[in-house]
Amino acid sequence: MIYYITDNRNQAIHLREIPEVDYAALYEDLKERLTQEQYHVAHYFARPEEQKLRFYLILLDDATAQIMISSFSMEYYEDIALPSLTALHPALHPFEREITELYNVEFDSMPWNKPLRFAFNRRNRNSTIDNYPFYTIEGESLHEVNVGPIHAGIIEPGAFRFICNGENVLHLEIALGYQHRGVENEFTATDNRLRQMLLSESIAGDSAVSHGVAFAMAMEKLSGKKADENLERERTVALELERMAMHIADTGALCTDVGYQLGQVACEALRTMTINTTQAWCGNRFGKGLIRPSGTNKPLTKEKVEMIRQNVAQIKRRYNEVREDIKTSASLLARYEQCGNVPKQEMQRIGGVGMAARASGVSRDIRSSHPYLAYGTELKHESIIKRQGDVMARLMVRCREVLQSADYIEQILSNYTPAESHLPDYDSPLKEESISIALMEGWRGEICHVAITDKEGKIETYKIKDPSLHNWLALALAVRGEGISDFPINNKSFNLSYCGHDL
Amino acid sequence: MAIVLNTLLVIITSLAIPGVINRTRALLAGRQGMPFTQHLRNVNLLMKKSTVYSTTTTALFRIAPAIYLGAAIVAMLFIPVADLYPLISFDGDVICFAYTLALARIIIIFAAMDTGSSFEGMGAAREALYGALIEPALMIGFATLALFCGYTSFAEIFEHEQTFDLHLTIVMLLTAFLFVNITFVESGRVPVDDPRTHLELTMIHEVMCLDYCGIDMAMIHIASWIKCACFSMIAANAIAATCCFNWWFATPLAILLTGLSVGVVESTQGRNKLVRNTTFIVTISALAALIFFIGYLLKLDINI
Repeated sequence: MIYYITDNRNQAIHLREIPEVDYAALYEDLKERLTQEQYHVAHYFARPEEQKLRFYLILLDDATAQIMISSFSMEYYEDIALPSLTALHPALHPFEREITELYNVEFDSMPWNKPLRFAFNRRNRNSTIDNYPFYTIEGESLHEVNVGPIHAGIIEPGAFRFICNGENVLHLEIALGYQHRGVENEFTATDNRLRQMLLSESIAGDSAVSHGVAFAMAMEKLSGKKADENLERERTVALELERMAMHIADTGALCTDVGYQLGQVACEALRTMTINTTQAWCGNRFGKGLIRPSGTNKPLTKEKVEMIRQNVAQIKRRYNEVREDIKTSASLLARYEQCGNVPKQEMQRIGGVGMAARASGVSRDIRSSHPYLAYGTELKHESIIKRQGDVMARLMVRCREVLQSADYIEQILSNYTPAESHLPDYDSPLKEESISIALMEGWRGEICHVAITDKEGKIETYKIKDPSLHNWLALALAVRGEGISDFPINNKSFNLSYCGHDL
Repeated sequence: MAIVLNTLLVIITSLAIPGVINRTRALLAGRQGMPFTQHLRNVNLLMKKSTVYSTTTTALFRIAPAIYLGAAIVAMLFIPVADLYPLISFDGDVICFAYTLALARIIIIFAAMDTGSSFEGMGAAREALYGALIEPALMIGFATLALFCGYTSFAEIFEHEQTFDLHLTIVMLLTAFLFVNITFVESGRVPVDDPRTHLELTMIHEVMCLDYCGIDMAMIHIASWIKCACFSMIAANAIAATCCFNWWFATPLAILLTGLSVGVVESTQGRNKLVRNTTFIVTISALAALIFFIGYLLKLDINI
């Protein structure tokens, strides 16, 4: 057995139970397996264990809802190069790059071995973002355009290096890693569960609820104190509200970027209404403070349920009008259609996740493939898939998901009866020497949190994967061959997170 | 006296159009919006600020805004307001007008190249391309007027044509439509350019002025208003010549024509994809050629 098999609702697993195999065996197996569409790697990382460096690989099987975990190890100072999986399956590039950056493990014939994020705990301190090895092409008629790392606005830093032939983009390289908070290490620096919870809500500000739920799920699997059914419903509603708010905001941003004022102001108003609904529920517009492990401070009351149902119904109706407007406006279709194509095959190869992948026809959705919370039980989730893979497809996936989320919220809340709720639990001990994997679908895509505890039940390693980690490469591919002036709408159609990547 | 009033009216037009555009947009967006004089306050603020110059730029960069504004002011002095008489007028001043504005464009392109920024180089390339493409439309438009009226000076073209006959009405209305289109391109509004965008990669005119601040930026803003008012006034004159050739009719017409049309288009429509701009502008030139042809046939007195 190469893999330990579990699923997204199971408890934490003792580290002893994870098979420790030979890298060659794992390599051979993955080489074959990853050619099939149903498999993809959710996380792959290394951590020092005693005198060794132990690598964990978490493989997802979308067809059978299985989570397959495998591991291998090598001596900490062993100086051998492992054959690179990225060379065969580019989807693994962020993981191998991170391992190389942190532990100086070489991967043989790795095609793009650049540092991933220049974290403070990187091994080679001489490699800094200032001497980032940008890809270059020589040519008389080519010119380079550098955008960033400081942007004209309130967004985070990231450098975009375009190589253009006139107005056409030949190549875009995105260099991230300008700011770090060391979030993963912060989780291990404190034993205060509440502090860790707050930390998880700040991993990416636009996905506060999503990362919060992922952390809470990881902790509940370790402590064994499962969330009750009502709590699961509440979390599902919170997640879908967040999805609605962000998708509406991005619809507005896409309208702004093409100078379409009506769409912009309509979406701004609707987005405000959505996040104000969240605020009326929990006191924070982005849902901070709402998700707590094994309980909640902000249970839904009858009045709140009514308020949310009314608001969501109104948002749905008004947003649908905006959607119709966009779909019937010739000047907008001319901008969005056939722009920034990422074909399914490419999206598959680079391991795209979430709504961007679904817009290209890759049906990757944790809500249906690895159900959690109320998905798969109360809600029979069907992903919204488009095949074109252009800006329009990504926009339409967003539009349809907003309407779908509104339906889900209505469906859950119409059967919801408030009951006695538990207060959050910050104290119950965690299972020792265990690995807990929490998978969930944020609005952007698949979020994976992995917590590993030590002998005393303290978190020793915490690994976070934001969907942006995979999808930044999709953005770079989308603008190839496009006019450089279409970069902003492509960027907005993905709306990826800098801090989710840089951590 | 009439000359002073004429100049004054063109200045009022140039100051009022941005205000009308902003109010129209606010109204259509259902917002309270900015006050009518916000653009004047902004420029006032800019004038109070000091300027900063990049160390890579030369003297050309510093004098460019002054030349840009100067050229726009000179061009403005050629423009009559319906029955009033402009300050400068001579045979062939339509050509002089067009190339005074071309001088303004070329100097700002040079200034943009002077900064050495990759953004501004892109903006300069775009501005040069669209400037070159819109030029035939402008010249053919003037040619139509000159052919039909027999004069090559703005003042005389509009002054001597108040016969209110059908042929004149057709040609003048078509020419007015042409000049409204040219106004959109020349003043860089949606669908060609978006003056409000914050995205350097999509800008055309704005990106060339990224390195300017303070009074230089104020001069560039004012020059753009004047340019816009000139074309708008030509269109308004053409319409006024068909029905009511008076300054008190032409001035509000010029303000509302551009103010409302730009405001409505910017509220309800998206921008062109950049490559489509070329098609859009060439179409305006083709339209100009068509209008010229119609004018020519009507001049030959073909019965319709």
